Amino acid sequence: MIRLSEDPFDPGALLTAFAQGRSETGAVATFTGIARAERGATAILELEAYPGFTESEIGKIADQARERFALHDLLILHRVGKIGPGEPIVFVATAAGHRRAAFEACDFLMDYLKSKAPFWKKEHGPDGARWIEPTAQDHADRERWS
Amino acid sequence: MARVLLFGPLRDLAGWRERQVAAASLSELRQALTADDADLGAALGGKGVQVAVDQAVVRGDMILSAASEVAFLPPMSGG
Repeated sequence: MIRLSEDPFDPGALLTAFAQGRSETGAVATFTGIARAERGATAILELEAYPGFTESEIGKIADQARERFALHDLLILHRVGKIGPGEPIVFVATAAGHRRAAFEACDFLMDYLKSKAPFWKKEHGPDGARWIEPTAQDHADRERWS
Repeated sequence: MARVLLFGPLRDLAGWRERQVAAASLSELRQALTADDADLGAALGGKGVQVAVDQAVVRGDMILSAASEVAFLPPMSGG
């Protein structure tokens, strides 16, 4: 499932619900991304999506991950709107038969989300606001999978 | 008429997010937007700006219908 949320979420509750009722899944891996304060440089992070388009683009990569890592299931929840330091911004969970596939699928999905997903991100800090683009490291991380 | 959507820095530059524009094709739409705001027109043709019609990324010109949704997508930030 792929979902965008304007509201804060509880990663623990998401993991509990995701892991429930599985008898053939030997491994669930999760990643939670948290908005950094950057030592006071970022008061608020603002994330804009294109509703419908953003979910469908993420869905294409989710399908790749399902096939490549033979996943049993996955969940991606991404915050949009204004996010304060310390708040979870993204949650990814992957379910597979064994741990390696679950870990790697989670890593693969995050590298995609950080570099290519249709979001526009603005940092609001004491010196005003600025739009953020992916770093060279984000692109290099993504290249590892091609 | 097409429904035009701007995202990210393009929205800030234009000062609007959504607008109805009379245009029968993508090229006419670009002309109309440029006539109204030359800076925006230049930015829409800038490096890395993609265009989606009815939520599918397109290249080149395209006929638009009255119900078309045209989104200009500047380089994406990722999440």
